Amino acid sequence: MNEMPNLEQASAMTSSKISAKMVQVFYGDNQAIKDVDIEIQPRSVTAFIGPSGCGKSTFLRTLNRMNDTIDICRVEGSIEIDGEDIYDAKVDPVQLRAKVGMVFQKPNPFPKSIYDNVAYGPRIHGMARNKSQLDDIVASSLQKAGLWEEVKNRLDEPGTGMSGGQQQRLCIARAIAVSPEVILMDEPCSALDPIATAKVEELIDELRENYTIVIVTHSMQQAARVSQRTAFFHLGILVEEGSTQDIFTNPKDKRTQDYITGRFG
Amino acid sequence: MSLFWLVVIVLAIALVGYVVGRARALASAGGDMRDLHSLPSYYGANVAMKAAVPAFLILVLWLLVQPFVIHSNISDMIPEGTIGEGSSLGLVMAEVRRTAEGLENAVAAGQISDDFARNARSDFTDITTRLKEAGQIVTSQITQPIMRAAQSYRIMLSTGNFYMSIVVLLAAIAGALWGIRETKADFRARNTVERGIQVILFSAALIAVLTTLGIVLSLVFNTVEFFRLYPAMDFFFGLTWSPSFSGRGGSSELGILPLLWGTFYISFVALAVAVPVGLFAAVYLSEYASSRVRAVAKPMLEILAGIPTIVYGLFALLTVGPMLLSVFGEDGLGIMKAGTAVMTAGLVMGIMLIPFVSSLSDDIINAVPQAMRDGSYGLGATKSETVKQVILPAALPGIVGAILLAASRAIGETMIVVLGAGAAARLSLNPFEAMTTVTAKIVSQLTGDADFASPVALVAFALGMTLFVVTLGLNIVALYIVRKYREQYD
Repeated sequence: MNEMPNLEQASAMTSSKISAKMVQVFYGDNQAIKDVDIEIQPRSVTAFIGPSGCGKSTFLRTLNRMNDTIDICRVEGSIEIDGEDIYDAKVDPVQLRAKVGMVFQKPNPFPKSIYDNVAYGPRIHGMARNKSQLDDIVASSLQKAGLWEEVKNRLDEPGTGMSGGQQQRLCIARAIAVSPEVILMDEPCSALDPIATAKVEELIDELRENYTIVIVTHSMQQAARVSQRTAFFHLGILVEEGSTQDIFTNPKDKRTQDYITGRFG
Repeated sequence: MSLFWLVVIVLAIALVGYVVGRARALASAGGDMRDLHSLPSYYGANVAMKAAVPAFLILVLWLLVQPFVIHSNISDMIPEGTIGEGSSLGLVMAEVRRTAEGLENAVAAGQISDDFARNARSDFTDITTRLKEAGQIVTSQITQPIMRAAQSYRIMLSTGNFYMSIVVLLAAIAGALWGIRETKADFRARNTVERGIQVILFSAALIAVLTTLGIVLSLVFNTVEFFRLYPAMDFFFGLTWSPSFSGRGGSSELGILPLLWGTFYISFVALAVAVPVGLFAAVYLSEYASSRVRAVAKPMLEILAGIPTIVYGLFALLTVGPMLLSVFGEDGLGIMKAGTAVMTAGLVMGIMLIPFVSSLSDDIINAVPQAMRDGSYGLGATKSETVKQVILPAALPGIVGAILLAASRAIGETMIVVLGAGAAARLSLNPFEAMTTVTAKIVSQLTGDADFASPVALVAFALGMTLFVVTLGLNIVALYIVRKYREQYD
């Protein structure tokens, strides 16, 4: 990564949503992430690209401390969201995850009804005072996820009975329902067909207005279509980060160029 | 020829067949393995299989059928009149068999000559005394018809065994020769061996199924016999269990309800202990425990499953019973009279079932996809929220199946009940009173010298049949639920 001038870094810090400095992640003795510095802008889509095993998913999961569920995983360095260190001992990872939602690679609706899937988060966080308020949260989340028209008449049916694309949008609705500020998406379209993918991408573009979105993807076209900024990871190192247009048209690093032109990866 | 040597010889023939078949196959291809259809060992195995399998099949069938043939021949020799009062043909036949064995053993030990054993008549020589002197077990005075029958029994047995050896050996040799004749370079030995292996595996499965059928049939005949002597209505709906061993069951009251009540009451207490503890242990082990704790705790828990139930029974009798008595007995609350009670047996049986419930539930909880947990944690749920709202509902059908399987074990448990629950058949709600179960009563009906023709003994089979039907039903329901659960994630 090219060294940014100090002045620019300082100005980026004040406006960025997430600020990671010198982040190291270890699985036992293996170092999966090395010296990652990145600023993620609010209300925009940032894409992480890179070959398999480059650490982009691992880094994504450090942003809401999902790696805490893995015994042997250890994180060093500092990650701040809105200027607050999320690895501080005072921070409750459970609260953090309500603020930083996550959508996974494979759609994973709970074996419950569509309504209960979306209401799951608001219920455990006590976000609705009564049933009608909960109904409103569910309806507006499904509307934001672009699923309302398709499911409004069958909210009692199991979420597992829908198509893959619908399931993934349900998972996005489920994440939105707890009103997060950041949504992390780990290859959200890798299990979907092109039409479902197009719908989810459209949705991501709409969600950008209200949320900070970080998306890991294997598809460079997808990164180019949905993101404003792109970060390229290789072998646990953040090689290059910049506006999506710059990365794809004018990469500074040779490795980035080789990857986006398909010479490896 | 003894059975052992017969088996050894057949195996030797098969081994020789293997070597010859292999060599012949190689020779037929001019020593070049590549010209054979199959690997040389397959030709050898083909010969060995054809030598051993039919021979052993004949051996087993012969051993099964021969006793029936001899029995029916010999029993014709015994005149109706010689069967004494209070005796039966079965008892006389047992006497005949004992005498025949006595003669055989005495001859083998050199105490009487073979000629004497064949021809001696009990009215001329005192055969009873001579057999007793030879150290053989003879229960009563051997009469002339019994001696005759025993002598022909002995002769038939030895000729039968002689012919059996001949036939089995001939079958082995013929099979080996057949296999060797087939052995040519283009013979598809590999496919033949594959078919043979399929047959062998199938017969293994068949034995398991047939045994189950055999068990059911043996219960059915005796149960039918029981219901001929004792009215079914009284058995299924009777409220009293008081067998009378003396009067040939005439004054016995054999109602199953007190026993079923005891069985279900004790099982209920056991499950009330085992289900929460086992389930919570499973949740802890699969969701909370670190891999190091799990590596130690899981085998420790499963050691419980390896303890023989009689040891649990001792634990109930010597530790749990007195402990409960000190709290609820006369020195304490005064509602418990003796250490043996429903509570004692139920608690100990519950402990026995903990590993059963926990290890099955643990497997089922682990089968819930990690994606479910991730989804829940990703929404900011805590571990216990995730367990309660996502994992347990997803695993519930499987857990119910595990509980039903545990229930059928509890219903069939015997030793803990015999030692921990007492022997009184009683219809009572007080869990601190002694009660008894179906299984414990089966044991007490059949141990002792009860006559097998009386309802007091035969009732054991009706009890066993009832138990079999109940546990079979539970198992079917459990398997149905478990299978339905599996479909959810496949």
